[in-house]
Amino acid sequence: MTTAPALQISNLSKRFGGALALDGVALSVARGEVHGLLGSNGSGKSTLIKVLAGFHTPEPGAEVRLYGRLAPLPIPGPRVRALGLAFVHQHLGLIPSLSVTENLRLGTLATASRWRIDWQAEHDSAAAVFARYDLALDPRAEVARLSPVQQALLAIVRAVEDLRGASREPGVLVLDEPTPFLPRAGVEQLFRLVRATVAEGASVIFVSHDVDEVREITDRATILRDGKLIDTVVTTRTSHDAFVERIIGRSMSAYGGAAKARPAAAPAVQVEGLAGPGVGPVTLDIAPGEILGLTGLIGAGYDAVPALLYGARRARAGRLRIAGRALPLSGMEPQAALARGIVYLPADRLGAAGVGSLPVGDNVGLPVLGRLKRGLALLSRDINSHAAQLGAQAGVKPNLPALPLSALSGGNAQKALLAKLLQIEPQLLLLDEPTQGVDVGARQDIWDALDRAASGGACVLIGSTDYEQLAQLCHRVLVFSRGQILTELTGADLTKDRIAEACFRSTSLPERSPA
Amino acid sequence: MTQSTADYDRRIADLEARLRAFEGRLPPPAQRPRTAEMAERFGLLVAWVLLILVLGWFKPDQMFAWNSYAVMFGSTAMIVVLTLGLLIPLTTGDFDLSVASTMALASMLIAVLNVRMGWSIEGAIVMALLAGMAVGAVNAVFVLWFGIHSLIVTLGTGYFINGIVLWISGSNVISGVSMDLVNVVILTRFLGIPLAFWFATALTVVIWYAFQHTALGRRLLFVGRGREVARLSGVNVARVRAGSLIASGAIAALAGVLYTGMRGAADPSSALSFLLPAFAAAFLGSTTLYPGRFNAPGAFVAVFFLSTGIMGLNFLGVPSFVQNLFYGGGLVVAVSISQLIRKRRPMD
Repeated sequence: MTTAPALQISNLSKRFGGALALDGVALSVARGEVHGLLGSNGSGKSTLIKVLAGFHTPEPGAEVRLYGRLAPLPIPGPRVRALGLAFVHQHLGLIPSLSVTENLRLGTLATASRWRIDWQAEHDSAAAVFARYDLALDPRAEVARLSPVQQALLAIVRAVEDLRGASREPGVLVLDEPTPFLPRAGVEQLFRLVRATVAEGASVIFVSHDVDEVREITDRATILRDGKLIDTVVTTRTSHDAFVERIIGRSMSAYGGAAKARPAAAPAVQVEGLAGPGVGPVTLDIAPGEILGLTGLIGAGYDAVPALLYGARRARAGRLRIAGRALPLSGMEPQAALARGIVYLPADRLGAAGVGSLPVGDNVGLPVLGRLKRGLALLSRDINSHAAQLGAQAGVKPNLPALPLSALSGGNAQKALLAKLLQIEPQLLLLDEPTQGVDVGARQDIWDALDRAASGGACVLIGSTDYEQLAQLCHRVLVFSRGQILTELTGADLTKDRIAEACFRSTSLPERSPA
Repeated sequence: MTQSTADYDRRIADLEARLRAFEGRLPPPAQRPRTAEMAERFGLLVAWVLLILVLGWFKPDQMFAWNSYAVMFGSTAMIVVLTLGLLIPLTTGDFDLSVASTMALASMLIAVLNVRMGWSIEGAIVMALLAGMAVGAVNAVFVLWFGIHSLIVTLGTGYFINGIVLWISGSNVISGVSMDLVNVVILTRFLGIPLAFWFATALTVVIWYAFQHTALGRRLLFVGRGREVARLSGVNVARVRAGSLIASGAIAALAGVLYTGMRGAADPSSALSFLLPAFAAAFLGSTTLYPGRFNAPGAFVAVFFLSTGIMGLNFLGVPSFVQNLFYGGGLVVAVSISQLIRKRRPMD
């Protein structure tokens, strides 16, 4: 029994409605191994992690063994540590206002009843732990003051320590995308810690988008695509290209791009030297009638661009030239952007784009209340009939403006919120993941609405990781890496495959200047 | 999110098309039964009538006499005004615990300026209103510029103002305020009810109109319900919140003007006891007429509902501590009812 692998999964399937998110996946992690888990969005890797963490119940027939012992399914979330599993997610689960020691001991402080905590002893034992891993962390420091790298290291050490306390076996540590927001030097520090952990006998599952990092740290790696196990490879014998090929596959070329011809007009919108947290400097332009897509892997920074251009988040530098006027982006405010015909649809539908507890009519009518006034009076009746008219054009169902926005499905709420923006006939339309959590039919309606807006002469900018959407909708796609534009795809190159390929290849050329 | 095969997507698209065809044939989703909606909207009015009937069963002579109501309407008018002021920051998502202190400050300023310093009553009133706006502006600076929660800021400024009131009055009651003010507020009657009531009614109409029928009113609501949504929709959230705190200060000062006019005198502390009634009425009012929203007519009805109860209990000879039970209980019951309307989602 002592030679049994640390973690062995066989025949693991998970069905959501009609879709198989995981299809008979098998995975084996040896003792003391760093095992990579790779796949693009929707490949099933997060579902796999969630099954291990006990969030999802797998389909019958699955088997999970830890150190040879059969684990109960679904895995009982509260006992997951005792079984020998620990997780560090991208959101690290630290409490920023507490000290390093308090965070390190959070597990025991939160559950055990202790009436005599000796803080001096706690700090000393925390310092001893950090010394063992050769980390320079001050136990008394407030976590909010630590760098992102130090916070990630603390979260990992905490997970490893919790495992040591809770399980007889060395345990399996799952690192779920720990690196995308860390600088290169930080990634190296993190890898040193991973190696130190493995040297003590633990195993690590390293989930990532980044092929280079997987090649650097892992012994073997498993690649998932569309819920299926594609391959488990020995890292040293697998080239970068071989990884990319397995991640994106070659079977999906059925999705051609729309290969739209780019409008020939001179650019109506120019962005120069945009810089903000995690992005920049970025320079790009958009012609009237053009739909421009921005994409990249998680952490590439493309997703911040729409918010920065609108002033929803504060840019550090840059200029936006629209209709012949240059606006400094560091002082951009939503009000000023709106006045120039710029609108923005955030991805957070009921947190930033609309108010769920207020009627659809009020949400849609908000930007044009002045126009809807009848003499001195603004009547709910007028707001609602205006919203009903827009809702009918946009295909909102049910088209009842008096309903609260939260009563609509995701797709219908999104159609209504897009109609809210399109009614002011914007010159520049900025969108962040416009069809996330939207059903297929509504997705097509939203694409059609954006096509109509573009053919009416608007400039459209979309940030998205949905490669199919970008291929279908955009005239041009810019692929980001480390906050900068790396590749531009147009015309026949604009297919789902080529976009995916450009994204996953982007990590092999970290420091190239913008294309 | 899923990247599945073309075949799979085709099947989904097919199903979607069928579902949409089906949706098109469906009647619109069932609205809530109209009776339930009417019960919710007019429940408090019905409860008011029932309260009058029940108390009238025991004390018909007093409870069914017009004069009782005329006096009560006049003497609670300043609570209506105070509640209306409070509604504005509540709608934009801020608490103003300093309204009662501002009312006391305005009341005392008029007495001090008019009686002790010989100012004209008009000048004293203008000064009192300006002081109310200044309090609102100070609150706004701390809430918006320093980013402190309004509950803490207004708790502190309220207490601070209480100190100022004690200071400028020397902890004394100051009487002998110009009879011009007393005449206008309480001695002149229309339909047997003192003018103070009609001022409060007029202000209720103004606030109702502003909330319900102006673009500004809708923006206030969006700022309260979704600050980020309002900001991204181009609303100047900071200006709206500052404006609402200044407005509540000014209206609280107006309540102080009425309070002084009602008694021809000012004392340093009695106005402070109106804070809880104002909150109780604001929340109780938000369960009625426009349920789920702080609204002026609802607050107006709520003040008189609560006052009728207290008046009736006084007629029954119940000791005066019952006021505290009634207002305190009223606040908690009102908030509980509005939580039931919101289906017990956590308050934001």
